[in-house]
Order: sequence, then C-alpha cells, then structure tokens
Amino acid sequence: MSEALQHFGGEHEEEDEHYVLRLFITGASMNSIRAVINLKEICEKYIKDRYTLEIVDVHQEKWRAEKEQLIALPLLIKISPLPERRLIGDMSDTEKVLRGLGIPQN
Amino acid sequence: MKVLQKTPTGIRGLDEITAGGLPMGRPTLICGAAGSGKTLFSMEFLVHGAKKYNEPGVFVAFEEKSEELAINVASLGYDLNQLQEDKLIKLDHVHIVRSEIEETGEYNLDGLFIRLGYAIDSLGAKRVVLDTIESLFSGLTNQAILRAELRRLFEWLKEKKVTAIITGERGAETLTRQGLEEYVSDCVILLDHRVENKISTRILRIVKYRGSVHGTNEYPFLIDEEGISVLPVTSLRLDHQVSSLRVSSGIPALDKMLGGEGFFKGGSILVSGTAGTGKTSIAGSFINEACKNGKRCIYFAFEESPQQIVRNMHSINVNLQEHLDNGLLQFSASRPTLNGLEMHLLSITKMVDKFKPDIIVLDPITNLITVGTASEVKSLLTRLIDYLQAAQITVMFTALAYNDNKTEQTDEGISSLVDAWLLVRDIELNGERNRGLYVMKSRGMKHSNQVREFVISDEGLKLVEVFLGPEGVLTGSARETQLLLEKTSVALRDHAVTRKDREIERKRLVLESKISSLKEEFESLQDELNKSYIEDDLKKNIMEDNRRQMTQKRDE
Repeated sequence: MSEALQHFGGEHEEEDEHYVLRLFITGASMNSIRAVINLKEICEKYIKDRYTLEIVDVHQEKWRAEKEQLIALPLLIKISPLPERRLIGDMSDTEKVLRGLGIPQN
Repeated sequence: MKVLQKTPTGIRGLDEITAGGLPMGRPTLICGAAGSGKTLFSMEFLVHGAKKYNEPGVFVAFEEKSEELAINVASLGYDLNQLQEDKLIKLDHVHIVRSEIEETGEYNLDGLFIRLGYAIDSLGAKRVVLDTIESLFSGLTNQAILRAELRRLFEWLKEKKVTAIITGERGAETLTRQGLEEYVSDCVILLDHRVENKISTRILRIVKYRGSVHGTNEYPFLIDEEGISVLPVTSLRLDHQVSSLRVSSGIPALDKMLGGEGFFKGGSILVSGTAGTGKTSIAGSFINEACKNGKRCIYFAFEESPQQIVRNMHSINVNLQEHLDNGLLQFSASRPTLNGLEMHLLSITKMVDKFKPDIIVLDPITNLITVGTASEVKSLLTRLIDYLQAAQITVMFTALAYNDNKTEQTDEGISSLVDAWLLVRDIELNGERNRGLYVMKSRGMKHSNQVREFVISDEGLKLVEVFLGPEGVLTGSARETQLLLEKTSVALRDHAVTRKDREIERKRLVLESKISSLKEEFESLQDELNKSYIEDDLKKNIMEDNRRQMTQKRDE
C-alpha cells in the first residue's frame, strides 16, 4: 500500500524530481568502466539535468566499504528521491536500471 | 621438509584431536545444521586467538548483527565490545537483502574483498571468520558469478595468509547447502546435534584434514558456560604410567584383606552389591580417609544429593562436611538424565581437569544405564578409566546389582576393566540379613580370599571375621550366639582348670608332709641303728678291756 502511495506521489512530482545517485566502482576494472558508461548514458537520456552523480572508487576510500554495506560491485545507490534503492552490476540492463531508479519508460 | 603449520583454536580438546589446530593460513569449513554451534565455534576461535595467542581476528557476520553477537557471547564471559576497542577483534555485519537489490548486469564481490581486506589490514588480523557466507546465495541471484567469486575469495584468503573459518549450513545430501566443500578443500569439520532417547548429544567430526593426521571418530562436545569443549578421550592406548603407591580404603580390616595396604594409587575400584548393602558407605569412608590425609576428592553422585550423602555419612561417624569446608572435597550431583552419556564423561573430565583430585567416586554408575545402553556405558567407563589412569587418579565406582544372583556379574560388565572389585552381598540366615564382603579381584597384590562380615555401626565401618561353624559361615546374631557359646565354654574350662590346679596343690602339700614325716622316721631309725652300733662297739671294747684285765690278773 505504501509503495502504491509512493508511486502515486512519484508520478505527481515527476517533472521537478531531482535524482541524487552514488556509484561505487573499483578503479578501472571492466565492470566499473562499463557501469560508468552505461549509467551516464541512461541518465543523460532519461533524467538529463535532473541528477547529481557521485562516483566513488572504493579502492581509494576503503573504509567506506563497511559503512555503506558494500558487497557486490559496481553498486549504484539512489539516495533520493526516497526510497533508497540499490542496484548492482554494470548497468547494462537498461530496463532494470530504470525500474530500480523508479524512472518511467517512455 | 615443510610440514603443515597449525593454528591452535584454543577450544578445549579440539587441538588434541587435530594435533595442533586448524591449518595455518588456510580456510577451514565448519558445517552443521542450524543450532549446531557453528557461530559459537568460530567466535571462540577468534576470541581465544585474540586473548591467548595474540592473533587479532575479523568476524564477518552475514546473519547476526554485531550487537546481537556481542550479547550472545557475553554469556560466555567474552566482552566483544572491549575486544573491539582493544583492536583485537573486528565485527562486521554484512547486510544483504534480495528485495532491496536490483541486479543490472555483470558484477563481482569486490566490495566484500575490499571491506574484508581493509579490516584485516587495519587490525593485522591473522584469523578470519565468515559466518555464514551462504547467505550471499539468498541475497544475490547470479549463481555463476557467486561461485566464481567464492572460489576467488578462498584463494585470496590464502594469499592473505589468514587462518579462516567459513561456516555453512548443512544440506540435504551435501555437507553444505551450496556445496562449499568443493571450494574449501583443506579442512572440513562437521558439527552435529543428535537426539537419542530424548537426550541430545552434540557431535563433532573431522571430515577432512588435508596434510595432517587427525582423529576420525565422532567426538562429543559440550557447550556450557565456558564455551565449547570437545572430548578427545577415545585414544585407547594401554601405556599408562603405573604406580605402586597404595591408597587406604579407610577400613583397616579391608586394607588388610588387600595385601595389608589398600588399593593401588591410580587404580580403579568397583564396589558392587544389591540395594542397601552399604556401597555408598564404603565410598564415603574411602573419601573420608583420603581427605583426612590431605588428598583432594570429587564425589559424583547420580542418586543422592550432596546434603543427603553428608547427613547419611554422618550417622556412621564419617564427617564429610569438614572436608567440604576445607575445600578438599567437592560434590557433583546430577541426575543421569540431565545429560547424554558423553556429556557426563565430558563434564566429569572437565571437573577433574579443574579440581585436580587424587580420588574420585562415581555413585552409582548403574544409574547411567537409564541414559544409554549397556555397551555405551561400558565404552564410557573404559574411556573414563583410561583418562583417569593417565592422570593417576584413583577411581571408585559403585554399582547396583539388581538381583542377588550367583553369577555375580555387574550389569555393565565392567568388572574386567577395573583393577579391584569388591562385592558386598546379603547373607540371609536365621531370619536376618547380614552383609558379607568379598574381594573378588585385586590386580597385582596378594588379597584375601575370605568373606568378611561387613558391619555398619555408629563408629563407622568394620569388617568382622565370620564364624566358620559346623553349619558353615555364621554371621550376625548367629555369629554372636556362637561367640557367646564359645565364651561360656571358655569360662567353664577356666573354672575346671583352676579347680584341678587347687587339687594338685593340695596333693602336693599332703605328699610333702608325708615325705617330711617319713624323713623324720628314717632319721630316728638311723639314730636307733647308730645307737646299737655304738653300744656294740662299747660292749666290744669293754669286753676286750675286761678280757685283757683278766689275762693280766691271771698272769700276775
């Protein structure tokens, strides 16, 4: 029920919604590079100018691994709008990424 | 030559079975059903490592939260929060829920690697626990990736040179649900929890230990307020040290029956008998004597409470309270059904290790039958005797013989195991029951083959020589009667003897007086005879004189 409400609200404020995203990657690994490229592509296409993307190289900030509950990488956390969602993988499955971010497909 | 190095777990008994511990720098798989003690096992491994061996450790919990873990092991006296503050242990709770995660393509577990690596490096950890890593399979869907990553993880742990424990839930047909045993090939330990006759026993088995000898038996283990202890007492080698020192039984006459000095130190003694024959009293008096000599004793009571035993012993002038007070005596009373058999053995050995007694008593072992079969009890006692002999501890078992049959065998069939066997038996005669004590066997010493009457009195235990009358062995009041009869006849005989003595004396006096009168008679006779001799001489002299004078006169 709460999900339905959330969804309803989401649709309502769709236009001015701002996305705060954080992507955790590991250096220049294949998965990481693909994830960055795929995500940027999706964002540019669907939520252009409505998003902030922070990319964190976990190798550089190892202490964050525990704090952020990192296991599988690459990991994308949608911080806002709520609810927080976690997406793992190289973001190659566009449909799933959009569903995970709560962005309606057109 | 390079030999596999080992990391001690610090878990009581386990390091003996594994000849040193877990393979150093390699992962070990601990598998078992839910509630079999996997988490506790791995936690002990870390805590002992941190406290005893100065090896910090990282605990990655996939199921329990760090706070929950800390509370769970606090009951064992481990303060995880303090250990974390001291940088000896690091708890890390991995939270992974499938519904919160969307999988959008290729990924790997680098996050876990980095996280673990960071924790290991920041502590200088030598030990790592992953409990239970299989949770990843419920959190993430891509099996192919997970399996490849797990394989990589275990290799990576080896490279990191940490001794790791990976726990896994037991599967239906495999050791672990996800077949982790395929990846961890160095050492696999299985924990099990078995319920027989409504009594549960925990069992540990080393399924595999590459590059090391190890015991392959099922070892029972115990989880109590001190954590896990494994029972390694299955080595049935017969190479114990033996002693020729003696231990008094506390009953002087019994010692006399046993070659004059009592039992051998480190020996095992079985006291068997029917109900109410005084087995506990023998045990009590044995302990009493030992404590009086400053020896330490433990009394394992399976039937009576300590207070009951102390009170009952008091009635036969055996004061056990005194020894309890000065710490020489310890009681351990429990119903046999409290634990499985193995647990009993384990708790006995644990107490023995702690208290270091010279003598222990198990009263009665027959009650253990209620929790195991006869052969199990026998195996338990065999191992217990082995263990005690190795530690040079004298043990006395009491056993209840259910029926007073002539075969005289104990139900446990352990009489062949023990060094000395005392049998207390009812002797029924003339409408009363008396106790007869036999030394059935006593290895390595000359011992009496005679039956003694065993008397329990206010002063204590006594052995009385039985009376062998024309009707056979007499005991109790029959013996008393016989003794009285003997006493009477002795008095009568004494009386007769004195009368005869007096008569002799009288006769002697009479004869003596006779002798003296005869002597006098003889002297007077002698005088008489002498007198006539003199007279004759005188006569003769006078006559000769006269004749000479006559001849002289005629010549004149």
